[in-house]
Amino acid sequence: MHMADALLSPAVGGAMWAATAGTTFYCSRKLGQELDDSKIPLMGVLGAFVFAAQMINFTIPGTGSSGHLGGGLLLAVLLGPHAAFLVIASVLTVQALFFADGGLLALGSNIFNLGVFPCFLAYPLIFKKIVADCPSRGKLLAGSLVAAVVSLQLGSLAVVVQTTLSGIAELPFAVFILLMQPIHLAIGLVEGLATAAVISFLWQARPELLAPPVCGAPAGKHGMRPILGGLLAAALLIGGVFSWFASERPDGLEWSMAKTSGGREVEGPASDLHRSLARLQEKTALLPDYAFKKGPENKEGPGTWGSPKAETTVAGVVGGMLILLAVVLGGLLLKKKQKMSRVD
Amino acid sequence: MPRIDAGFYDIGRLDTLASQDTFVHRLDPRAKVLVTLVFVVTVISADKYAVSQLLPFFLFPILLIVLGNLPFFYFVRKLLMLLPFVLFVGMFNPFFDRAVMLQFGTVSVSGGWLSFLSILLRFALSVSAAFILIATTGFTAVCMALEKLGAPKVFTVQLLFLYRYTFVLFDEGVRMVRARALRSFGSRGTGIRVFGQLAGNLLLRTLDRAQRIHMAMQCRGFRGEIRLQRRLTFGWPEFFYLTGSVLVFVLLRLVNLSQLVGNIFLELL
Repeated sequence: MHMADALLSPAVGGAMWAATAGTTFYCSRKLGQELDDSKIPLMGVLGAFVFAAQMINFTIPGTGSSGHLGGGLLLAVLLGPHAAFLVIASVLTVQALFFADGGLLALGSNIFNLGVFPCFLAYPLIFKKIVADCPSRGKLLAGSLVAAVVSLQLGSLAVVVQTTLSGIAELPFAVFILLMQPIHLAIGLVEGLATAAVISFLWQARPELLAPPVCGAPAGKHGMRPILGGLLAAALLIGGVFSWFASERPDGLEWSMAKTSGGREVEGPASDLHRSLARLQEKTALLPDYAFKKGPENKEGPGTWGSPKAETTVAGVVGGMLILLAVVLGGLLLKKKQKMSRVD
Repeated sequence: MPRIDAGFYDIGRLDTLASQDTFVHRLDPRAKVLVTLVFVVTVISADKYAVSQLLPFFLFPILLIVLGNLPFFYFVRKLLMLLPFVLFVGMFNPFFDRAVMLQFGTVSVSGGWLSFLSILLRFALSVSAAFILIATTGFTAVCMALEKLGAPKVFTVQLLFLYRYTFVLFDEGVRMVRARALRSFGSRGTGIRVFGQLAGNLLLRTLDRAQRIHMAMQCRGFRGEIRLQRRLTFGWPEFFYLTGSVLVFVLLRLVNLSQLVGNIFLELL
């Protein structure tokens, strides 16, 4: 599922852009060090293959519906994590520009969600570990299934977290996650099956193609530390700094807590230790507490930055309509003029 | 499948649009990429409940559609095709945020409806900006701009490869699917096993093709980068386009133009 511009706040979108750009540069440098220029056309053409393979759909066993390949995990298996990440980034760039899947600001999040998890977590830590040195049909199937499910679960979780942190959509975290995760469990299973089908075909037809990435090279050879460090930094950046901007409204969890307990916040047990810890937490927390909305009837004003109060007058709406009308009319007139001049 | 299918034939349409020769098309791609990015960021950074403030921003896409001689309703159709996900996430806003924020006589509008409307406007603005960028610039030029703006060379070069070979491989994919459809009755032959063989075969052909391409390119002196003859020039028109647009966007973001015009209009009444 692609993240969309309309649901992102600039802080979250920017942080994800930074994380993605960092990973892209890291991967490019790694590939530059290998300096095997036959890999560049291979990467591009495999990216095109992913598009083409998405054309070929199949019926999902047991149900009436059909699915197709996503391609992230397959690319990681064929190319290794660094090159695969760049290819996934390119596929998503083409999608963002031509199909506007998501949008330009959301491109950072989308590349992160769909690229980092399969390339740097699911492939080296799950697929390689399960398939180990010598693949068999069963191992390939198990590895693909587990790796695809895990990476898609993490990806959809990331979409939910980014949406909630952005605070544009009001859908509570708990509800959103209950909607997203089961859908992506199904998508992950289908993706795993499809990946396994292609890889086992390849393993039978041309085992040597799988040899370098699957057999041979010991797992964990690709330096995970810089990536994990980057992830940690991104997480800290988002959690620590950007939540300043996130939202003054309660997040989904707090919202449901307020609903269920009826009070402002769940009261901690009244032991001394708890109280001193709570005091410590209040002192060290960047945001001691969110401004709290007590119930739906509470007319708490919107955030302090921007001046939405202006929205509350009729004039804004009237003016907006006028401007829109003027713009559309102006556009039509200009278009007409252009047509006339072309006829002349 | 029909969506991907239609989407691909659309790439051709967008490319045709990009090969026109208007003022907007002639601008340096770097200027257009930067202006689009600034536009998207200013729109997205608007307040959560901003509705009237976002309306003047439509000036930008509409102006470019007119100046770039682009088909308006084609873009509207593309927007509608992409609406579902945003609609799905945004439609919950009116249920969860019921605080009244706007009063028209007896009709009261809750914050949820305002933010929902705002999401739809953001969606229309940011998505149309992306389409307009590609329809006035073309993919190759966007790639060049990205590289000049600092994207890694490996990334842009294989992005160009991907784009070129997408059409070739896509046609192969379409032929395979058609051949399978002609030979399968009901759901026979559409299972995962046949899929694996089809996609696997396509993959093998793809790998062979990549090898042939690489050898052919080495014969022509390929050393890991594609050299393009087209020169990029960042002159005065680009400078004015960039600074002018950025100024206007920032102004529109800071001043609620709708509010201003509405006040004047109501006073005149």
